[in-house]
This record gives sequence, structure tokens and C-alpha cells, in this order.
Amino acid sequence: MATKASRSAARLMISPAVLLLLGWMLVPLCLTLYFSFLRYNLLQIGPTPFAGWENYYWFVTDPSFTAAIKNTLVLVGGVLAITTIGGLFAAILLDRPMFGTGIIRIMVIAPFFVMPTVSALVWKNMFMNPVNGIFGRIATSLGFEPIDFFGQIPLASIIIIVSWTWLPFATLILLTALQSLDQEQLEAAEMDGAGWWNRFWFIMLPHLARAITVVILIQTIFLLSIFAEILVTTNGGPGTATTNLTYLIYVSSLLQFDVGMGSAGGVIAIILANIVAIFLMRMIGKNLDA
Amino acid sequence: MARAVSNRTKGVNTAIAGALGFLMFFPILWILFLAFKTEEDAIRAPLEVLFGSGWTMESFATVQARSDYFKHFSNSVIISLGSTFLGLLVAIPAAWSMAFVPSKHTRNVLMWMLSTKMLPPVGVLVPIYLIFRDLELLDSRFGLTIVLMLINLPIIIWMLYTYFKEIPGEILEAARMDGATLRAEILYVLTPMAIPGMASTVLLNIILAWNEAFWTINLTASNAAPLTQFITSYSSPEGLFYAKLSAASVMAIAPILIMGWFSQKQLVRGLTFGAVK
Repeated sequence: MATKASRSAARLMISPAVLLLLGWMLVPLCLTLYFSFLRYNLLQIGPTPFAGWENYYWFVTDPSFTAAIKNTLVLVGGVLAITTIGGLFAAILLDRPMFGTGIIRIMVIAPFFVMPTVSALVWKNMFMNPVNGIFGRIATSLGFEPIDFFGQIPLASIIIIVSWTWLPFATLILLTALQSLDQEQLEAAEMDGAGWWNRFWFIMLPHLARAITVVILIQTIFLLSIFAEILVTTNGGPGTATTNLTYLIYVSSLLQFDVGMGSAGGVIAIILANIVAIFLMRMIGKNLDA
Repeated sequence: MARAVSNRTKGVNTAIAGALGFLMFFPILWILFLAFKTEEDAIRAPLEVLFGSGWTMESFATVQARSDYFKHFSNSVIISLGSTFLGLLVAIPAAWSMAFVPSKHTRNVLMWMLSTKMLPPVGVLVPIYLIFRDLELLDSRFGLTIVLMLINLPIIIWMLYTYFKEIPGEILEAARMDGATLRAEILYVLTPMAIPGMASTVLLNIILAWNEAFWTINLTASNAAPLTQFITSYSSPEGLFYAKLSAASVMAIAPILIMGWFSQKQLVRGLTFGAVK
């Protein structure tokens, strides 16, 4: 069907998108790489000499880097555990017959549409504040000492806030996948005497395996870049207790104006994200062929 | 074959799922509620606020007077609509040609476009910030619109591609056999079939752009600041004024919450790049 003329027309139609994305990817990427090898601070006027691996060396040996890597892993891992397991539970629950399905689903999914700065501030002030927050009130009225969330368990508090945003995402995707499961297969298994657990373990879970992988991979890409929630609640503190890699790079580049150091951190973040991306791309690529 | 389910089972399911829904929705419900209270009422114990206080609209007025909501709202609208529109302009021809005139490179091009989305924003923060500074694009609506267009472009192209792919080629052939010109073919056959997919794409991208909080915070100060940035001015100590924080939050999320409810299905497709349908 495709003639030579339509092929060249197609190439012409696709070129703006390709050129834009190419520019968007290559120009900043090359600059980041270039800056990462310079001694370059915006506060110091003068030449920006070549620094070799100096920036990488200082960035990686700084104690806050180790802390940031640890915090990033805990943050991503914690949110993934809560949202995947919780999302699986919620999806199975929402897939069962009930009254008012539409409204209940909307209520579960709504948090995903709340912008990160709003959810962080609302949780921090109205729920996690030890004096006036709802959790504090409940604890006090039951006779317990209220938890000072951002003083005592800052990273866990951020995990809770972020999980609230992403649980709906996991639920929605797993629910969509669950709805494509053949009901007759489940009924047949039930008639053969398979209990709920066996039906879950041998039919539902294998059917959902692919969707669960997609949830984990996509969330990881987004969770590695968590920024706004930290900025408006803790500013990375107390100390470096809630500084993740993204926030650490933000601090060195836009607060300390150390372009060289920030860029070295940026290169490291890109490498880390790429490790996850390779797996995700492979999954999506397979789907494209099918 | 659907099984008959007793009302009792349905009732139990409804109760459990309803409890989950209530818990998830509660923070939104709570700010919606506190936004209509006075500052003194808002910090009283939850049950007292619930049953023993009047209603007022004053917080909304205070928020507008204190931080100019309408300016930030219009920035959000301009930036999210603008970036989506520009994105469509570039994405429609690209997705169209890949879906209807595929070549042996199509798959690689699609995968490469997707890979640009995997780039962590913080990895290119420094150069983008410096480029924007030198071009005097910091704190400009135009600059931010371009950035949001670029970060969402892969999603727009992918979504459109998966929708266009579903339009059967035979229909085009049938139209051509009936003597339709190329113009008629595009206008009367393709466009009507492509519109629902395009509408979903637009909806999802407005939501993503509205809630984007990395570039909007780092590249704006006051002039071009959208609602994501506007709300940061309510972090402590202003955060302790619950009624004002609630009113500001409600005003920031309400428009997109309503849109979001209409786009649940498209959300799955758009955010998983077609891997889950």
C-alpha cells in the first residue's frame, strides 16, 4: 500500500518529533557530561578549568552521598512494597461485585490526581502534625504519646505520603489487568474444588505477573525522581535523613551553585535510572511485537 | 457467564471496599471540609469541627488576596493547555505516519522516543537551568510550556500511536474504492475515528502537565509560577493555618480532580505505554 511518495511524506511527518526529542535529549546530556568534568561554580567568577574525575570523587566520597543512596533505596523500596501489595489487595477487592462500584473506584483513585506539593503539605500539617494533626489528636485522645512524624520517623513519613499518591496507580493498573482475566477459568477451578487461596495463587497471580512487573518498573522510574514532596516537607532533613539522590543533586546545583558537582551527580542519577529503564523497555518492546 | 451473586455478599463487599475508598479519599474530603471553616474552627478537634461549627467562604477570599490565586491558576491553564496543544501539533503527524506507513525503523524509533522519557529530570537540571538563564527564559510561561511539551511528547506520541493502530486499514481501502479523495478520506473517515483517542490523549496530558512539580518549581519564581509553585508558599509556618491551606489546596486540585475522574481508563494506557490495556 505504501508507495515511495508516501514513504518520504511519512519521513517528513515524523521528523519534527524526532528532531525535537533528539535535541532535548542530546544537548543537555552532552552538557551535563561536559560540566561534570569542570571545576565550575556559579558563585566564582573566572575560568572553569578541567577537573578530571575530581567532581565524581568528591560527590561519591561525601557522606551525604552514601546517605542519599540509602534513602533513595529505602524510599523506592518502601513505596513499592506498600503500593504493590496494597494495590493487589485493593484491585481484587474492587473487582468483586458490589453496590456503587463507580463511586467507590473514584474515591480510591482520586489521590493520584492530587499534585505532589498539595498532598505533601496536607499530610504534613493536617495529619502528621503532633499537636493539631489528626493522627496526633487520635493518639492523645487514646492516651498515647503522639508521634512527631517528621522529627522521629521523617523518611517513613515521606514514604506514607508518596504511597498515598501511588497506591491508586497500582490499583488502577492491576484492576484493569484483572478485568481481562477469564471468569470461566476461575469458575471451573472453583468447581474442581480449588479454594480461594489456590485460585489466587495459581490463576490470578500468574495472570497479573506482567501487570505487576509493569507497575514496579514504571513506579521505580518516577520514584527515583521524587523531589517536590521532600522540598515542601523536610528540605532533605533533619540532617540528611530524607535527602534522596534527586534532592542531593538539586542542593549542590541550585542551592550551592556547584555546576560541576551537580552535573557529576546528574550523570550518576542517569546511569542508575538507565539500569531500571533497560528492563522496562524490554517489557514494552515485547508487547509491541505481539 | 456471570454468576448470580447474593445481595448479602454484595453488601459485605461494598462495606469493605467502601471503607477502603473512604480511607483513601479522606484527606481530600477533609480539606474540602476545612476550606469552608474559619481558622479558629479549623484547628479544633476533628469531631468538634465536624459537628459544632459554622460555614464560611472567607478562606478562599483570603487566599486570593494573599497569593493571587487567579494569576497562578491562569499560568497553570496556559502552561498545561499550551504544552498539550504544541505536543499534539508535533505528535499527530509523527504517530500518524508510524501507524499508517510503518517502515522497518518504526519500532526502533518508538522505543527510542520512549527512552527519552526514562531520563531522570535531575540529570539534565543544570544545563537546562543554565540554558534558560542565558536565554532569559527562567520564570517565563513560554519556556515552561516548551519544557513540559518536550517531557510529555513521548507519552503523547505513544498514546496516539496505539489509538491510530486500532483504526482498521480496510476501512480506508473501502473508502478509496468508493472514490474518496485523500482529503475526503482524512476528513470524513479517519478523523471521526481518531477523535476519541485524541481526546483521551489530551485529557491525560493536561493532567500530567498540571501536576508536574519538578520543572515548574525549579524554573519559575513568581511571574510564570503555576499552582504547584503557588502552594509551596503555604508550607510552614503558614501551613499551620489549616483553613487557608485547605482552601488553597482545594483551589489547586479541584479542576484536575474532575478531569481525572473522566480519564481513568486512558490513564492506564498512557502511563504504561500500552503494556497494560
